Amino acid sequence: MTRVRIEVDGSPVEGLAGQSIAALLLATGRTSWRRTRTGRPRGVFCGIGTCFDCVVTVNGLRDVRACQRRAADGDLVELQEDDRA
Amino acid sequence: MPDVLVVGGGPAGMAAALAARRHGAEHVVLLEAGDDVGGQYWRHPPARHVDPDEGRWHHGWQRFLDLRSALRRDPRCEVVTNAHVWSVDRRDGAPPLVHAVIGEVDGQARVPRTFDPAALVLATGAQERTLPFPGWDLPGVFTAGAAQALAKGDRVAVGRRVLVTGSGPFLLPVVSSLVRVGARVVGVVEAAGAARLARGWGAKPWRLAATGGKAAELAGYLRVLAAHRIPYRVGAAVVAAHGDDRVEAVTVARLTPDWSPVPGTQRRVEVDAVCVGHGFVPRAELAISAGCALGEDGAVEVDDRQRTSVPGVFTAGELTGIGGVDLALAEGLVAGAAAAGGEPAPAALRRRAVFREFATRLAAAHAVGPGGRSWADDTTVVCRCEDVTAGALRRAAELTGSKGLRPLKLTTRAGLGLCQGRTCGPAVEDLLTGVLDPGRTAHRPIAVPVRLGELADHNRTGNREDVP
Ligand code: FES
Repeated sequence: MTRVRIEVDGSPVEGLAGQSIAALLLATGRTSWRRTRTGRPRGVFCGIGTCFDCVVTVNGLRDVRACQRRAADGDLVELQEDDRA
Repeated sequence: MPDVLVVGGGPAGMAAALAARRHGAEHVVLLEAGDDVGGQYWRHPPARHVDPDEGRWHHGWQRFLDLRSALRRDPRCEVVTNAHVWSVDRRDGAPPLVHAVIGEVDGQARVPRTFDPAALVLATGAQERTLPFPGWDLPGVFTAGAAQALAKGDRVAVGRRVLVTGSGPFLLPVVSSLVRVGARVVGVVEAAGAARLARGWGAKPWRLAATGGKAAELAGYLRVLAAHRIPYRVGAAVVAAHGDDRVEAVTVARLTPDWSPVPGTQRRVEVDAVCVGHGFVPRAELAISAGCALGEDGAVEVDDRQRTSVPGVFTAGELTGIGGVDLALAEGLVAGAAAAGGEPAPAALRRRAVFREFATRLAAAHAVGPGGRSWADDTTVVCRCEDVTAGALRRAAELTGSKGLRPLKLTTRAGLGLCQGRTCGPAVEDLLTGVLDPGRTAHRPIAVPVRLGELADHNRTGNREDVP
């Protein structure tokens, strides 16, 4: 199977082509990559695009659901924070 | 202009599109948000990466392949993938206009398309329901559907020591998938009690035979449990998850028949992931926007031809009530035929009846008990986006004497976050039963997020390419 390589906050992460960004993040042992307004950690919850817990910034664009977006070679993923209350 | 527009490319939508063509629709368009058809049920990696043994991951994979190739072969059936329907415009005497943006998920510069169908079939499926309990928002707590999606679509296990809990037959295929991606499943904990399960599954067992594959499917799951020595417990639930930044353990308690935890029965189990599913709720936002009447349970009401209360709008699959793949396929056949102005095949009508009965029995066996409301204490987060607790919701409802959803949302911010109440909505409605006027948190005029630039673009061009 072909592999893809993306960058997460500057570090390279590899996965199988076709995997979602969320799957790549989980496979590296991360379970959370975002914090809510009051600072609670969030990662994947619903896995089908309804909860928005998993959003990340992809190639400069905020609020992309990591569980729905397939990782593409060279994607630059940044972890984002909600505006704090 | 498509004769028939189908929204949703899962089993119901695929069946509906093909049936519409068979019954005389000259042109059918099927809109699917993902990059392939199949829906959550036949969720799979993209075609180039499918492994040769893909069939082992699914039930009825050959049926899926047949449906998909029939769709692809038909030049008058246009399948539009990556199509995100964000709103529908009601009209008098005609089905609504349907606005979509086509392109990458949450991307920018997606291409707008508006459809003006003679008949519309909504097949938008369902999403999992999860009752809030202390710690349910800790990372490492997943919906059972997430575990399934990550296993089937990505070949990733959500954890190494996983407990599966909730209610309903869906937990079993999730266990199979978890095992297949190498997770150790330390147990399955089903909330329904033994007596209820026996009544639901066992009543008129000869009827189960009519559902054919169902019994065999069930036996297959039980074999997986046995082979991996996975304990299956009934009448119990995970009522708390523990950990600092992620789940490290859960508390399992025995339940009374109404799902209240029995004091003194709590037991701690170490896990690094827990998968939770308490049934499903229809994804009804488009149907609500279109003006379709809903029943008590939040499902869209349909007549015997899958017609909704809005002329020209049909629906099929989980949107009409949770019933599984076979019911979805049968309803899709009926809806597609009726949408094309044809007479549904008697076989489809018969299958629909059989699987509806099956679904009703399961729903009764696994229905959420009122005691489930007590799992959330006052400090439990209910709205995961805005961190609104059950206590805050109860207090606000009491203090303001507010019976409406809108004031409650504005006071507490529940449902105003990124997900717009998709996750907490059913829980809020449920927790405030008796306080709140029955309202629909799924009332959401913008069905999926669109970027402001895309919206501006839509208004500027007034894009109506499909209107002659
Ligand atoms: S995990 Fe729920 S939207 Fe991605």
